[in-house]
Amino acid sequence: MKFVRILVVELLLSWHSCALAAEGTPTHGSNESSVRHELAQAILSQGRQQQTLLTELADSGSKVASDVLNAWTRDGVYLYSAPDGSKIPVLLEEAQDAEGKSRALRVDTGQYLQGPGGKDLRFDQSELTTADTDMRLRSAIQQTLDSLELAAVDPASRWSAAMKLGNSQKPRYIPTLEARLGKEKDRSVRKALREGVALLQLGNTDLQVQITAVRQLEQLKAIGSLDNLRAVLAKPGCPPQLAVATKQAIHSIDEHIRWVNFFGTIFHGLSLGSVLLVVALGLAITFGLMGIINMAHGEMIAVGAYACYVVQNLFGTGFGFSITLPFSFAGRALSFGMHLPGLNATGALYESYFLFALPLSFISAALAGLFIERTVIRFLYRRPLESLLATWGISLVMQQCFRMVFGANNVQVNSPLWLLGHFSVNDVSFGYNRVFVIGFAAVIVVATWLLLTRTPLGLLIRAVMQNRAMASCLGVRTSRINMLTFAFGSGLAGLAGAFLSQIGNVGPSLGQTYIVDSFMTVVLGGVGSIAGTVWSALGIGTSDQVLQQTTGSPVTGKIVVLVAIIVFLQWKPGGLFSTRGRTLD
Amino acid sequence: MRRTTGRTAKWGLLTAAVFVVMVVPLLNMYAPQGSFLRISDFSINLYGKYLCYAILAISVDMLWGYTGLLSLGQALFFALGGYMMGMHLMRMIGDLGQYHQPIPDFLVFLGWHNLPMFWRPFGSFPFALLMVFVMPGSLALAFGFLAFRSRIRGVYFAILTQALTYAACLLFFRNSLLMGGNNGFTDFKFLLGRDLRAPATQRLLYIATALALVLTFAGCQWLTRTKFGLVQQAIRDREDRVLFSGYAAAYYKLFVFVVCALIAAVGGMLYVPQVGIINPSEMSPEKSLEAVVWVAVGGRGTLIGPVLGAIGVNALKSWTTRAFPDMWLLILGTLFVLVTVLMPKGLVGLPGQLRALRRRFGPKLTPAPLPPPEPQEQFVKTK
Repeated sequence: MKFVRILVVELLLSWHSCALAAEGTPTHGSNESSVRHELAQAILSQGRQQQTLLTELADSGSKVASDVLNAWTRDGVYLYSAPDGSKIPVLLEEAQDAEGKSRALRVDTGQYLQGPGGKDLRFDQSELTTADTDMRLRSAIQQTLDSLELAAVDPASRWSAAMKLGNSQKPRYIPTLEARLGKEKDRSVRKALREGVALLQLGNTDLQVQITAVRQLEQLKAIGSLDNLRAVLAKPGCPPQLAVATKQAIHSIDEHIRWVNFFGTIFHGLSLGSVLLVVALGLAITFGLMGIINMAHGEMIAVGAYACYVVQNLFGTGFGFSITLPFSFAGRALSFGMHLPGLNATGALYESYFLFALPLSFISAALAGLFIERTVIRFLYRRPLESLLATWGISLVMQQCFRMVFGANNVQVNSPLWLLGHFSVNDVSFGYNRVFVIGFAAVIVVATWLLLTRTPLGLLIRAVMQNRAMASCLGVRTSRINMLTFAFGSGLAGLAGAFLSQIGNVGPSLGQTYIVDSFMTVVLGGVGSIAGTVWSALGIGTSDQVLQQTTGSPVTGKIVVLVAIIVFLQWKPGGLFSTRGRTLD
Repeated sequence: MRRTTGRTAKWGLLTAAVFVVMVVPLLNMYAPQGSFLRISDFSINLYGKYLCYAILAISVDMLWGYTGLLSLGQALFFALGGYMMGMHLMRMIGDLGQYHQPIPDFLVFLGWHNLPMFWRPFGSFPFALLMVFVMPGSLALAFGFLAFRSRIRGVYFAILTQALTYAACLLFFRNSLLMGGNNGFTDFKFLLGRDLRAPATQRLLYIATALALVLTFAGCQWLTRTKFGLVQQAIRDREDRVLFSGYAAAYYKLFVFVVCALIAAVGGMLYVPQVGIINPSEMSPEKSLEAVVWVAVGGRGTLIGPVLGAIGVNALKSWTTRAFPDMWLLILGTLFVLVTVLMPKGLVGLPGQLRALRRRFGPKLTPAPLPPPEPQEQFVKTK
């Protein structure tokens, strides 16, 4: 009761914004005041007129109507006798003053009920008479409420209302659903309505109706109806004709589920593969082309992800940290920190933070890579195995730095609203964030390929990677090219981090989870081959997901993939796309 | 001149061996309490752990320093050896566990009533001892055969061994393997009828570890000086020339790989009863990398280097994790970068490096030699 009142009052107050939103939709342009007027009339009128008004309300799809009606069935609507003798239906606000009285909201206008002096009137519950309801009225209201839900502005709520009624097991809803079916335009809602009708008809006593319903469900491939169909089969004395039809329906729906799961898995695998692809692409450049085993590559991913986090906070409330070192200097503890004020942005500006975060994650990871290359890696070009050790040391240092700056726990990176949600095609749901990742990965691959094959810089990069000494003899400034290439590879890892922040957790050891996988991707694809990296990343990602599904455990899938890769390299030691050379290696 | 240094080194090593095997336990037993010579029970346990790490480091070095194979899978063999020992120790708990059942606690927890088949023989110590060698050995044999046959080496060998370790680590984290899941084995009580927690038992374990280290050291020393050892080092330096000279390099590498797996397993076997716990995190790829750090810090391509490195780095770790718990990773990481970039030969090579620096910048007592053998040095460096 209290809950209903809160809900109603809040909705009445916020109605203006809702009404603005609702006006955009063509079918439900009903404006607020006429709905309110009808509501007030319905509450005050009686008998046949009341019925007519309720039926009219049913098609409005208005949220206010359903909330007021809900309150009405629970005795939450009160009648105020105005000094001129007329009655005004009101709702009482939740907030009470010291005497336990609260302000009253007029149903017909949505304003507070005001006394002669323009002051808000306050009432106790006992001071007002409730708008009475009897059995018949309540059932009429209930019916109106059901239709209201079916007529809601938002297709998703219409869909769920149709499903709810369909699963209610009450045949009396069949006319309601069918009436709505005549007006409905949205395809998925139409499907839900048909499914609902068929589900309700399953309970019919007439055999022919039941069989038609089963056939309808089979045709709709209604996954949700599987349990109901099984129940039909399990019922003792099920006629053979019906049993045959039901079995067939169950079979075809099962088949449908298998396909839906299959495509869902493929899609997840592709999105995982795309992330792996962006990670491995960076590695394919630093490791495949340059021969540097960068164990800190995973930390570059984390740099990108944390860059997202920082940008998000800068758009929000700001970002700050402070570190106290465990040493003291001249009796004072060494500590430093900083605080960057935030923009406190809201709405579209805040949602757009990710667009700023993407380039920034690339830039920050690239700068980190540049720094590492200049300070450590350039001394190790001739000692690839030792580059592995030094970069591992760097990765430890970076992990500890993340812990000190951002804390040891995972940080929260919110997806912008436009990456939330999903759309579904034939019951297979596609999350926007994953679609985004796949699309962006494709863009990055193409961009990288263009950079390497169609630009002067790409030419220099390939020249240096193929033969550093010869390129140097021909006047290429190899050390600069090395620096740029390494920074580019690291930047790609940073971008991957930005993606990962949208579909996973961001923590100090984020990179560690991907480092083994991405090395395997590069080795499997054939070191030095971008095309190989693409295929192996998508292959590993997808087979990982498929195996997870079939074996039912994420770990087994990973183990099988790792072992399969080791065995595969027996057959093709150079990887999928090995570059042929004349050297013995 | 050279012979005398060789002789000093030999005597030095022998003294060190005697000190580690005999003097340390004696000091633990007989030195009076409170005297500076006294080695506490805690310390001797800690030293025992360091020596196990030293054995592991030798196995890494035999592969990396002497054969040119950077294996990131040595922690896997170390942990496998430990697990085999751990299984025996778990059986020895008997029904003294939390649930007072004749089978290990975690099996009771998983709903088992009888011992699974493969657990049964581990009640016998000789069988467990055999398995310490058989399991890691056969895994190394299978993996090594596949890897060396298809001429996987260098960086690829490192990455593949890392992947193998990672896969095994994930496997051992699973409860359904019936190897204790992520908790692993712990709460050991008895070994060969002795109370595992008694100082005397720990002392004996320490002596066994020290002996194993000395024997491993001597064995590897011997092996590297035979003709086999020469071929081994030739593979490290120019594998193609070894192949063209008619040696089946793959089998040489396979042999070394299996021997090193066994050495690591022995280290792990001795490690578990002293530390009292074994779990899958011991076989994570990071542990292998850590072992490689010890070797790099100590100096690869020598046998004393890894021992010094393992003991030195772990002593440093014990100290920093106590004094500055947050700083340990920073220190280890920085140390690693500095050692790799500035001291490619590790601690053992440091005197040589300092001498070279002095020759370059110090007072010139003798007239500068004619052209220094630069190209030759360059040649050695590129290996």
